[in-house]
Amino acid sequence: MSIFEYNGSAIVAMAGKECVAIASDLRFGVQLATLATDHKKVYKIHDQLFIGLAGLGTDSETLSQRFTFKHNLYKLREERDIKPSAFAQLVSATLYERRFGPYFCQPVIAGLEPDGTPYLCGMDSIGAQEPAKDFMVAGTATDSLLGICESLWRPDLGPEELFETVSQALLSGQDRDCLAGWGAVVYVITKDKVIARTLRGRMD
Amino acid sequence: MGESAYSFSLTTFSPSGKLVQIEYALTAVNAGATSLGIRATNGVVLATEKKLPSILVDETTVQKMSMVTPNVGMTYSGMGPDSRVLVRKARKSGQVYFRQYHEQIPVAQLCRETAAVMQEFTQSGGVRPFGVSLLMAGFDDNGPQLYQIDPSGSYFAWKASAIGKNMVNAKTFLEKRYSEDMELEDAIHTALLTLKEGFEGELSGENIEVAVIGDDRKFRVLTPAEVQDYLQEVE
Repeated sequence: MSIFEYNGSAIVAMAGKECVAIASDLRFGVQLATLATDHKKVYKIHDQLFIGLAGLGTDSETLSQRFTFKHNLYKLREERDIKPSAFAQLVSATLYERRFGPYFCQPVIAGLEPDGTPYLCGMDSIGAQEPAKDFMVAGTATDSLLGICESLWRPDLGPEELFETVSQALLSGQDRDCLAGWGAVVYVITKDKVIARTLRGRMD
Repeated sequence: MGESAYSFSLTTFSPSGKLVQIEYALTAVNAGATSLGIRATNGVVLATEKKLPSILVDETTVQKMSMVTPNVGMTYSGMGPDSRVLVRKARKSGQVYFRQYHEQIPVAQLCRETAAVMQEFTQSGGVRPFGVSLLMAGFDDNGPQLYQIDPSGSYFAWKASAIGKNMVNAKTFLEKRYSEDMELEDAIHTALLTLKEGFEGELSGENIEVAVIGDDRKFRVLTPAEVQDYLQEVE
């Protein structure tokens, strides 16, 4: 058993035309037992920046609390929100600090730069950054998710189309994975608003 | 630290509410060679006298202007060795920030961190305050900025300021000459004229140092030849 498969999770993020979407499944389980069906894995840093944390549940929560802490201090000092690219570097540095006793998490960072350009970045558990222009996946269903994202993704999708694409990709991808599922939450981020939608899929 | 006879803080309050060591540090600053800075609409200029103890000193190796990050530099008035410590710490702060965020540190943040270091040395055991005032010039997303940091650790943003021996006259001169819509080239000329006011002897590319940061956001110390050209324009 891998520690990354103890809780189970599925995260997908996609870039569109001046918008990004990030989504996660809602299952919280301990190996084969499902304990909750409302456990999001996507956390808001600020209105234009979200981070999804796949992997061990306790590490996801702890990391999201640490990043909120760091961003709150950043905001007080710099009197502005952090840019996604700077945040990605911060996440990477934080993870590498624990190089020889790491957090068992794989982050997916999705946001809009101040000029409106979409920003997507994935990382491994020790902070190796993988920027992307199209989509990024993480969790226990990555094999299926990668396949369907590759088929469904097109460049320059608008917010509504992007939502449909991300939703279809996540719901299909998590169907074949027993550890991820039980519904999904999807955030679509544009310059002036964020729309959060909860989806009902195969509840198994 | 507890055993040492000097473990108490040298900056203890006097009955009148002053920290005498800081006052003395400011005196050390005011004995140092004049430095000044002017913030223009599209950049900042720093200028300083290079007061050398003898004509035998190789002036090409003396550098009072220091780059801290590619878009921030600083100069000082007061004790040279003390300034070197602060330049070192400021450079490190810039790199630590870059490691965390992959972005250059904003000028205001760097100034705050350097000032915090200077303040620590007014409230710790066995140390003395720094005998320098710093003029920090930088260009970031908030535009061109000029900060002055004193031995006490207090700092202010200035449109134009002078520190060191001739600061009073220099500031009066700057108050008259400064205008809000000054551009970098005008600011350089004004800086040279201000230095000229209190200078004993002839200004040349060898006995003053000038540094600029324009909207290319690159801190650059001018070569003696460039300084000489500007001096000729000013004549």
